[in-house]
Amino acid sequence: MSAFTSSPPPVSSEHDANSRKRLWLNNVLGYATRIGGMSVLLAIALIFFYLLYIVFPLLSPVELNKIQQFSLPAPTRGDTLILDLEERALLAARFTRSGEVIYFDPQTGDIRQTQKLLWPDKAQLSTHYFLREKGIAVFGFDNGQALVVQNHYGFHYVDNQPVITPTLTYPLGKSLLNLVQEEALQLIHLHSNEEKTSLATFTKTGRLLLRTYTKNTHFLTDEVELTDSHFELNLESHASIQHMAIDGMQDYLYLADDAGRLYQYSLIDPDNIALLQTHQLDAGTRITQMHMLLGGISLMVGEDNGRISQWFPVRDETDNVMRLQAIRSFHAQSAAITEIIPEQRRKGFLARAADGSVGLYHATAHRVLKVSRLSFQPLHHLALSARADHVLLEDAQGLSLWQIHNPHPEISWSSLWRKVWYESHSQPEYLWQSSSASEDAEPKFSLTPLAVGTLKASFYALLFAVPLAVIGGIYTAHFMAPGLRRLVKPGIELMEALPTVILGFLAGLWMAPLVEKNLPGVFAVLLMVPLGVLLFAWIWHQLPHRLTARVLPEGWHVVLLLPVVALLVWSAFSLSEPLEQGLFAGNMRQWLNSIGVTFDQRNAIVVGVAMGFAIIPSIFSITEDAVMGVPKHLTLGSLALGATPWQTLLRVVILTASPGIFSAIMIGMGRAVGETMIVLMATGNTPIMNFNIFEGMRTLAANIAIEMPESEYNNTHYRVLFLAALVLFVFTFCVNTVTEIVRHRLRKNYSTL
Amino acid sequence: MKAWWGSGEPWVWLAASTVALCLLMVFSLLAFIAVQGLGFFWPAPIMQAMHHTPGTAPTRLVGEIYHQDEVPVSRLTKAWQAPFAAHQEVTRYLIKVGNREHYGLDFRWVLKAHLQDIQYPPTLSVVERLEWGNAYGDIEALQENGVTIAEGEAVWEMLESRLQRTRDLRQQIKQIEKQPLGRIHFQLEKLRLQARKLSLQHRLTPEKIAEFETQRREQEALSQQLHDQLAVLHQAMQRDSLLLREMQGQHIVIPLAKVVQIIQPNRLNGMEKLHYYGLRLWHFVSSDPREANTEGGVFPAIFGTVMMVLIMSIIVTPLGVMAAVYLQEYAKPGFWTQLIRISVNNLAGVPSIVYGVFGLGFFVYLLGGNIDAWFFPEAAPAPVFGTPGILWASLTLALLTLPVVIVATEEGLARIPRSLREGSFALGATQYEVLRYTVLPMATPAMMTGLILAIARAAGEVAPLMLVGVVKLAPSLVLDNNAPFLHLDRKFMHLGFHIYDVGFQSPNVEATRPLVYATAFLLVLVILVLNLTAFWIRARLRERYKSLETM
Repeated sequence: MSAFTSSPPPVSSEHDANSRKRLWLNNVLGYATRIGGMSVLLAIALIFFYLLYIVFPLLSPVELNKIQQFSLPAPTRGDTLILDLEERALLAARFTRSGEVIYFDPQTGDIRQTQKLLWPDKAQLSTHYFLREKGIAVFGFDNGQALVVQNHYGFHYVDNQPVITPTLTYPLGKSLLNLVQEEALQLIHLHSNEEKTSLATFTKTGRLLLRTYTKNTHFLTDEVELTDSHFELNLESHASIQHMAIDGMQDYLYLADDAGRLYQYSLIDPDNIALLQTHQLDAGTRITQMHMLLGGISLMVGEDNGRISQWFPVRDETDNVMRLQAIRSFHAQSAAITEIIPEQRRKGFLARAADGSVGLYHATAHRVLKVSRLSFQPLHHLALSARADHVLLEDAQGLSLWQIHNPHPEISWSSLWRKVWYESHSQPEYLWQSSSASEDAEPKFSLTPLAVGTLKASFYALLFAVPLAVIGGIYTAHFMAPGLRRLVKPGIELMEALPTVILGFLAGLWMAPLVEKNLPGVFAVLLMVPLGVLLFAWIWHQLPHRLTARVLPEGWHVVLLLPVVALLVWSAFSLSEPLEQGLFAGNMRQWLNSIGVTFDQRNAIVVGVAMGFAIIPSIFSITEDAVMGVPKHLTLGSLALGATPWQTLLRVVILTASPGIFSAIMIGMGRAVGETMIVLMATGNTPIMNFNIFEGMRTLAANIAIEMPESEYNNTHYRVLFLAALVLFVFTFCVNTVTEIVRHRLRKNYSTL
Repeated sequence: MKAWWGSGEPWVWLAASTVALCLLMVFSLLAFIAVQGLGFFWPAPIMQAMHHTPGTAPTRLVGEIYHQDEVPVSRLTKAWQAPFAAHQEVTRYLIKVGNREHYGLDFRWVLKAHLQDIQYPPTLSVVERLEWGNAYGDIEALQENGVTIAEGEAVWEMLESRLQRTRDLRQQIKQIEKQPLGRIHFQLEKLRLQARKLSLQHRLTPEKIAEFETQRREQEALSQQLHDQLAVLHQAMQRDSLLLREMQGQHIVIPLAKVVQIIQPNRLNGMEKLHYYGLRLWHFVSSDPREANTEGGVFPAIFGTVMMVLIMSIIVTPLGVMAAVYLQEYAKPGFWTQLIRISVNNLAGVPSIVYGVFGLGFFVYLLGGNIDAWFFPEAAPAPVFGTPGILWASLTLALLTLPVVIVATEEGLARIPRSLREGSFALGATQYEVLRYTVLPMATPAMMTGLILAIARAAGEVAPLMLVGVVKLAPSLVLDNNAPFLHLDRKFMHLGFHIYDVGFQSPNVEATRPLVYATAFLLVLVILVLNLTAFWIRARLRERYKSLETM
């Protein structure tokens, strides 16, 4: 047809208005059709690039930009002890050495408010600690006193403008706490939750004291009462303790000394505070900073060489005690780590080093997001907003406010595809668990179990479908009588029309219990049907040829076999019960469990059969076409040389049609990989990592169907689901393109033969 | 034997058995769905028996035998295992006892061995209710305002007319709720949006406010009137009630207002059963679902499926036909044509869920979100088009079924003999004219085939719809009598999703299973009819072209 497009449209010689109109219409519609044709190309490109466009930000680099700079507000009130930044970066606070809190606007440096803390008259401040996520500051003095104060930002709207009102409260009572008698506090640390506050301090003479305050709310009057108890720890070594940390549950106390040693004390039994273990870091390194990560499970340890390592307690199999273990480390900065600030909503953290560099990390993803030198002067203080999108920085020049663009730190190649050691797990694992009960849980975005599940489902589907469809297709094309073929082919292609939701529903609600009940029967079918058919064929062969030829014309085997196969399947299933009694002690399920094989009702057998059913027609149809397309003179030649039809089939037909059969299988695989409803309904949708035929799986497609409606627009989970879709798209695209090229070549070959 | 083995004959038989197995699977599956789906509507007899489990007093059991199976004794609870041998199999019945408000569950598993004195008394009735499922038992009396007016057999004489009265009243209430009341709510919402729009544009003057206020008052007054009317009707509906004695002798008062239908199945003859069968079938396809989709009909799902498919057809047909015409009539073989062919193939091969993801991201969030921002700022924060809806679902499925239309149309175009085109060209027709007057008319059946196959595919597709617009229960239909009549932003129900939802997300799986089979049968029927039509058209077309070729 294309030959005509190049020929000029015939135009009448008069060139009248009518023919101009005809020509115009012809051209316009020609272009319109071209656009229509191109729209297909556009559609596929649009799908691909849109998926890519959504996925891409997962990989986009982190940006850190300075947005404001100003001099230190109220510099005369003393040096900064603590710098704090409100969640939305609308207000900042500076706790000064003179016991004042100066609230200022982090955009301009204008002072908003000043408050005076309950500061002792005579004593000098000797140490302090700031629990940033709670806004609790604790100050230790050289007379053995301490002060705990909480800074809280109230938030409301006035005339559509956000207004922040800071308040200072004293959660342990509005007075100074007397921790020890007249002895300077060298180090102080605190952790606090709703019920309990633990306060640890290390004194000048090397005593380590622990104090816990338990909050009891009176159930009638709502009065809050604090009971406190104190303990003194026996330090096993006399090294000088430099850093302390208490975990989120206040079960463990971690200490670091100046010789690179890390101690783990158990506080679970307050009467028996025990040293669980001591770790010695690499020779010559010193611990320069220590901080708990969000959730209070992981301890981040910064060293003087710029290395940061993550530690958390792992259950020791031998005595069931949780022992601190090094999990992973980051070495992206080159000077001593002087401050570690965890993000308050994600497992990321910010680290400041002595050389003025600031590093942004994500712990679970094991990702160094950015390291940059924010100032050429030594950095004094750093504050991170709770949303982790603003940093306030103090150096000798004054203050500067930086904006961080870091939307998806939790995704990395290793967190998506490799084993990850998650908090509270005993070893590195592949896990997909996109939503969790608590806010501070680690995101578990491993696509590996989903990919494995997808492969598992399609493997079992192909295992069921390929023999049936390929052999069936070859038989139909090569042996079947043409009259029968005209009925059989549409009959099998009718299978393709069945909606997969119906196959899934039948598989999940009808077939799964049936298979469970007749498990030995299912396996008996595999054996009995082929053997039974062979037996039947032999008996048929023994019958007088005159009789058989009259009953069954050449190529009508199938009709005769229909009742035979039905009978064989039925008898295999009725044999199920005796088999179960005889071989598996009455219950194959229990027998499987006893040999250590897990059995789910909705398992890979069910999925394999149901999805196999769905892909049989495509494989069958393409195989049949490929075999039918084998040029007649090849087969006839082979037969003429004396080969039997069977030999012709094996040596000539299948060989010639093999690329077509290959592409049929590929198409079937493409369908199986992307099939959603069957797997969704016929499996338990548990993301597991094995190929056990008696267990289910969760596939990429089913996972998207389950989780997409609940995911929030443009957050990490949403984008990871798009990534899953992109993986499916690219996979099927490759499979289909390869298949198309193979078939194209095959067609060319046939035409040249 | 050896010669036979060597001839390959056994392998041919074995190969033939695979085809036999495939055919068996297809047709037994279709038969199974048909039997399960259609059997549901047949009025089943109601059984009465004494249920005597070891160690307890016998109780009377009334209900339908729903399901029967054989279980090994070892799987029974300890108390029931006692009289049987360990490896024995016993018959177990699943009995639908109904009266959910009393027993919590509609169903009870009992052993055949524990049932004594099984009877089918003709007096037992089944009351199909709007709430709480079926009630089984003997109807003792008919009451009017709490006063008994008929007892025993006399009830049946008065029942039909009174049931008809309640049905009429219910119909009236429904009319009022749907039409005038629905319209008032729609108008009120429209007024609110208009006011908000003006205020966003800073054009909300005091006069306008007053005008809106009067309009609002008018509508509210109207609404009040209708509510008064409704209250009267509801009052009238409460007049009659039935007194039913359930299986353990308790009396239940069932207001006729809650009754759909009452029959005594044990008393019906074949013709009457057929009548009720037809009636129930009609109810199933024509009424709304009840009780969180576990009872009632599937009308909104049918309607939603049809609407979605129609909108999709309007989009997909021109695009698909144009692409096919381009490929077959205009394109020169070369890189681009090959690329387009690969694209068509890939569009057909991309998993449907990927279309869903794309539809959600691109159509719903990107296009819909922007449409909302430009045209419906007054509705914010509630989305109009920025949320899944029928338009986006139709668009997504149009993309999904595009290759189906292209491939079928192309096949039809390719079969049109070259001689016909040459003849037209020879007469001086332009390419467009050849297409318009010769080729396309001849290819119409092929396009129809493509469209029908696309519709069949779309009707059965569920996975992408779950992301772009299907809901388990849509409050209102896509098409109604409030301007602009066709509400493309609304969510809709779909037969395929209904199967998934009722079969897998419902709290009472046993109770809903027949309903799912019935829905599945309906869907399979529609899709098979569509496919067979397409096959038929295609086959006829091939015959016709064959005869043309030989001309």
